[in-house]
Amino acid sequence: MTSKICAVIDYGMGNLHSAHGALQSVAPDTQVLVTGDPEVILKADHVVLPGVGAIRDCMAEIHAQGIDAVVREVAATKPLLGICVGLQAMMERSEENGGVDCLGLFRGQVKYFGDDLRENGERLKVPHMGWNTVSQGKHPLWTGIADDTRFYFVHSYHVKAEDEEQVKGHGHYGVDFAAAMGQDNVFAVQFHPEKSHNAGLALLKNFLNWDGQS
Amino acid sequence: MALAKRIIPCLDVDKGRVVKGVNFVGIRDAGDPVEIAKRYNDQGADEITFLDITASHEERETTVHMVEAIAEQVFIPLTVGGGIREIADIRNMLNAGADKVSINSAAVYNPDFVRAAADKFGSQCIVVAIDAKQVDDHWEIFTHGGRKPTGINAVEWAVKMADFGAGEILLTSMDRDGVKTGFDLGVTKAISDAVNIPVIASGGVGNLDHLVDGVKLGGADAVLAASIFHFGEYTVQQAKEHMAEAGIEMRL
Repeated sequence: MTSKICAVIDYGMGNLHSAHGALQSVAPDTQVLVTGDPEVILKADHVVLPGVGAIRDCMAEIHAQGIDAVVREVAATKPLLGICVGLQAMMERSEENGGVDCLGLFRGQVKYFGDDLRENGERLKVPHMGWNTVSQGKHPLWTGIADDTRFYFVHSYHVKAEDEEQVKGHGHYGVDFAAAMGQDNVFAVQFHPEKSHNAGLALLKNFLNWDGQS
Repeated sequence: MALAKRIIPCLDVDKGRVVKGVNFVGIRDAGDPVEIAKRYNDQGADEITFLDITASHEERETTVHMVEAIAEQVFIPLTVGGGIREIADIRNMLNAGADKVSINSAAVYNPDFVRAAADKFGSQCIVVAIDAKQVDDHWEIFTHGGRKPTGINAVEWAVKMADFGAGEILLTSMDRDGVKTGFDLGVTKAISDAVNIPVIASGGVGNLDHLVDGVKLGGADAVLAASIFHFGEYTVQQAKEHMAEAGIEMRL
């Protein structure tokens, strides 16, 4: 039996070691490949779209390298996991960098937390950085992870979903935001599972065991 | 429920060993960085900070290998600092598996380095470390492990670094480092109030109430400590439980 392949899409936006390392550690028998090669990505059994930095740069690289067509094809055919800016890239549009059109795999926008974010009179710093709870929706990727478990977030922009059905995890930081989105075989999270200790590793393991059915 | 305050054990590493000095001098050996990082990860640390305190050229390779070894086993955020002077240093550490780098003296000599680093890698991975000491009625930045005054006002400096794209401030009180009398709450509060990015309080933790004070009185978003954990006085888990009992939101 040949081993399964998980492709972590490398489109030049930073450090993919953490994602690679965490995926490999939960599935030693899976070949986890960091790659920008469309052929390899399309042949993989599971695909991860990570992302850090500014959305304008991410989308520019996604277009320049033809990753948009690859992601669309993956989204139509096999389990796909978006992480952080990878999730934001899957929305329709982000207001970061003066407004950037994104892939539109999910319905909704990406919004700034604001410079004067408050909760019960207390000022909240931006970026939203650290461990926050996620109120889970129904989805197989949450299997074995207690509701309201904390995950590690670091972001200044958040997802405002249009279609409540697509929200699979709710977060709150001054405002309510979508911490996880899902539709058919595509799942995406705002937090960093690869940095979220045991809960994050459990989610990655669930993803690699997932057949894409919700 | 809300965002949890963070506890960050810090490994001060010299020639491949975790050490801890008092007031930045007087070193005591605390063990192997990889083993210790793994122990803190298992105890529920929210992040780990690795400070290469020799940071001489020869030692740099050792540090890269240790960061790689830690990143392979520890799946929480890892910050690496010490001798980060150029874009290439940042890239090396991120490639080795660090999630953030901490920039200290290089920011003082060349503030634009912080701007360039944040542009290149994103603010989320740029921590600016500030070593402050009280001078009369205010706080000043010191470099070279606290030996060299710069005349720069610490609070104004923190504001400037946030403007330049720092994603977080690691604030160490040099008067307190290693002396176990608690954080300098004055400078911690002044900087926490002045900037809109997270502030990590560091320097002076001797007991668990000091951690509580850093958050409740100092307004810190995270607290960093070394020796109380290294020598087995407290586990990270005990520290988190103590802070939670004091009414602070923690990840337990």
